[in-house]
Amino acid sequence: MPLIEARELSRVYDLDSGRVTALDRVSLDIEAGDLVAVMGPSGSGKSTFMNLIGCLDRPTGGHYRLDGVAVETLSSDGLAELRNRKLGFVFQQFNLLPRVDACANVELPMVYAGADRKARRERALAALGRVGLAERAHHRPMQLSGGQQQRVAIARALVNEPRLLLADEPTGALDSRTALEILALFQDLNREGVTVVLVTHDAEVARHARRVIRFRDGHLLSDQRQQPADARAALAALDAAPPVYPETEIHAEALP
Amino acid sequence: MSIFEAIRSALTAIGANALRSALTMLGIIIGVAAVIAMVAIGSGARERVTSQIKSLGANLAIIQSGNVTQGGARLGAGASSTLTDEDAGAILKEVEDVVAAAPAIFTRAQAVYAGTNWSTQITATDLDFFAAREWDVAEGRLFEPEELRKGEIVAIIGQTVAKNLFGEQNPLDQQFRIRNVPFKVIGVMAPKGQSALGQDQDDVIFVPLDTGRRRIIGRNYARDRSVQTIMVKFANEGAIAPGIEQTGALLRQRHRLMADQDDDFIVRNLTEIANTATQAATTLSWLLAAVAGVSLLVGGIGIMNIMLVSVTERTREIGLRLAVGARQRDILAQFLIEATTLATIGGAVGIALGVGSALTIANIAGWPSVVSIETILVAVGVSGMIGVFFGFYPARQAARLDPIEALRRE
Repeated sequence: MPLIEARELSRVYDLDSGRVTALDRVSLDIEAGDLVAVMGPSGSGKSTFMNLIGCLDRPTGGHYRLDGVAVETLSSDGLAELRNRKLGFVFQQFNLLPRVDACANVELPMVYAGADRKARRERALAALGRVGLAERAHHRPMQLSGGQQQRVAIARALVNEPRLLLADEPTGALDSRTALEILALFQDLNREGVTVVLVTHDAEVARHARRVIRFRDGHLLSDQRQQPADARAALAALDAAPPVYPETEIHAEALP
Repeated sequence: MSIFEAIRSALTAIGANALRSALTMLGIIIGVAAVIAMVAIGSGARERVTSQIKSLGANLAIIQSGNVTQGGARLGAGASSTLTDEDAGAILKEVEDVVAAAPAIFTRAQAVYAGTNWSTQITATDLDFFAAREWDVAEGRLFEPEELRKGEIVAIIGQTVAKNLFGEQNPLDQQFRIRNVPFKVIGVMAPKGQSALGQDQDDVIFVPLDTGRRRIIGRNYARDRSVQTIMVKFANEGAIAPGIEQTGALLRQRHRLMADQDDDFIVRNLTEIANTATQAATTLSWLLAAVAGVSLLVGGIGIMNIMLVSVTERTREIGLRLAVGARQRDILAQFLIEATTLATIGGAVGIALGVGSALTIANIAGWPSVVSIETILVAVGVSGMIGVFFGFYPARQAARLDPIEALRRE
C-alpha cells in the first residue's frame, strides 16, 4: 500500500472573481521511503497539492488516502490529529517560536500529542541530536544561524516520528552552502527510512531527489525517477576546493 | 497541555510584551481597585448610618410643640410650649403599643466644678427617656421615682462631661453647679458617640424634669407643666404609623382644637427618617459600585483590544501550531488562558490597591472599614470572568484561522 494515494484529486476555489481550479484531477502515489521533489512555477498547483497531502486543506473532488486513512472524511480535529501523528512540516521561513529555546520549539508537536514533560524533553533532545544541534538545545532562534534554525525546524518535524516529512521551499531562505547542508540532512534522514517530499521551484534542489514530479496549471506535467545528486559529496568537494573570491585576495606587496 | 503549562506559556507571552501587558492590566487594576474601594466606602457609610440610627433608638417618634398662629402670624415649630408632661402621660396610657413617652426640655448651661467649667446641653426629662433611647448608666444609677417627683437636685452626666469636668476623678457623688445650683452626680451614662447629625451625644447632663424646669430654666408662669418635646417609643415598627395617628387625635382633643384649626404640634417619625438615610446610603453605595463597574468594563475592553492585536501579530505562530497538530480548541484555550491570566494578575494587583485605599480612606474618614472577604472573592471572580468574556472573541478569531492563510501571513 502506498503511503500517499491520490485519486482524481481536485481543488477548486470559489473566489469573487470566479472559480479557480488550482488542482485538476491529479492521481498519483508516493511510496514510503521515497525522496520526492514536487516542482512547478508559482500557480502551477504544487502548493495546493502540498496543502492537500499535508492535510491542511480538504479536496473539493477526488480521494486521498494518507497511510490508509481516507482524509476527506475527517473532521478538522481529525485532520489536526493526523498532522500531529503522521506529518512533519518544514517551512521556508522556519516558523520557530521566537521567545522559547530550540528544545521547547522541538517539543511543540508533542505538547499537542499529550506527552508528559519528561518524555518530551528527552525526545526533543534526541531529535536535536539527530540534526546535529544537541549543543544548541537551549539557544533561542535569534541566537542561531539560518541553517541552524532550519535544522531546529526539521528536528521539530521529526520529533513525533512522522510517516512523511513535508518541506515547502526548505532552502529558499538559505545561502547555497547551507542549502546543500540541509539537503544532505534530508538525504541522510531518507536513508534512515524517512519519506521526504520537497516542494520547490529550484531545479538545483530537485536534483537531489530520487523522483521529480512537475506540475503546470493544476495538472501533472511529468513524473520521473532519477539518480539523485549526492549533497554530502558536493559539500566535501566544496571543502576540498574552496571557491576563490578575487576581491578578498590580499596582495602582500600592496601592503605598506 | 496541562493547565499549569498553559499558564506558564501564557506568562511567557505576557512577559514578552511587558510594557504593553502592564498597560493593559492597568485598566483591570484600576477597575478592580475602584470596585473594592467603592464597595468598602459605600458599605462603611451605610454601616455608620445604621449604627447612628441604632444609637438613637428604634421605633421612635418625636412630638414637638409648634406652629401657633397669633394675630395671623404663624410662629413655627417650638415657638410656643403647647405640650405638657401630662400629654406624655396620656399618650403612654391611651395610645396603643406605646412603650415609653418621655417629656423633655433642653437648654444650654455652664457647669462648674472646682476650678473647671464646661458648657453643655442640659436635658430635663424622666425615666421614659432612657427607655426610649435604650440607654443606661455605665456607673451609678438612673433617677429614683421619688427624686423625679420631688424635683431633687441630682444629675446624671454623659461621658464627655465627665471627662471635661472631672478628668481622672470619679464623678460619682461629687457636687457641681449649674447656674449656682449644686447638683449631685448620681450616675454616668454609657458612651453613645456621634448622632446622625454629627453631634456628640455624650456631651449632656440629665436632670429630673421638674428640677430642670424650676432650678435651671426658671419657669414660674402659669403653664409650668409645659415641655419642648415628647419622645414616644413604640413596641414595633408596624405600630408607629397607627400610633402617630392616634397620638395626633389624642393631642388635638386634649388641646381642644377645633376642626378648622391647625395642629399646634408636629410629630416626626424618626424611623422613617432613619430609613430614608439608610436608603440614601444604600443608593450611594450602588452608585459608587456602578461607577467602579464601568471602569472595570473599560479595563475588560482594553484586554479584548490587546488580545485582538496579539492574535493579529501572532497569526503565523497560530498557523504553525495548527500545522503541527493543534486543534481549534487548543488555540482557543491558549488565548483564553492568556487573557484570563492577564486579567487575573491585574485583578490581584487591583485587590491589593483597592484594599489599601479602602483602609486608608476609612481611616481618614473615621469610618468602619468594610473590606469583606466576599468582595475580594467577587473581585477575583469578576476579573477572571472578564478575561474569559473579553478574551473569548479574540480567541475565537484565532481558533478559526485557516492554517494555510495563517502560515502565509507576513
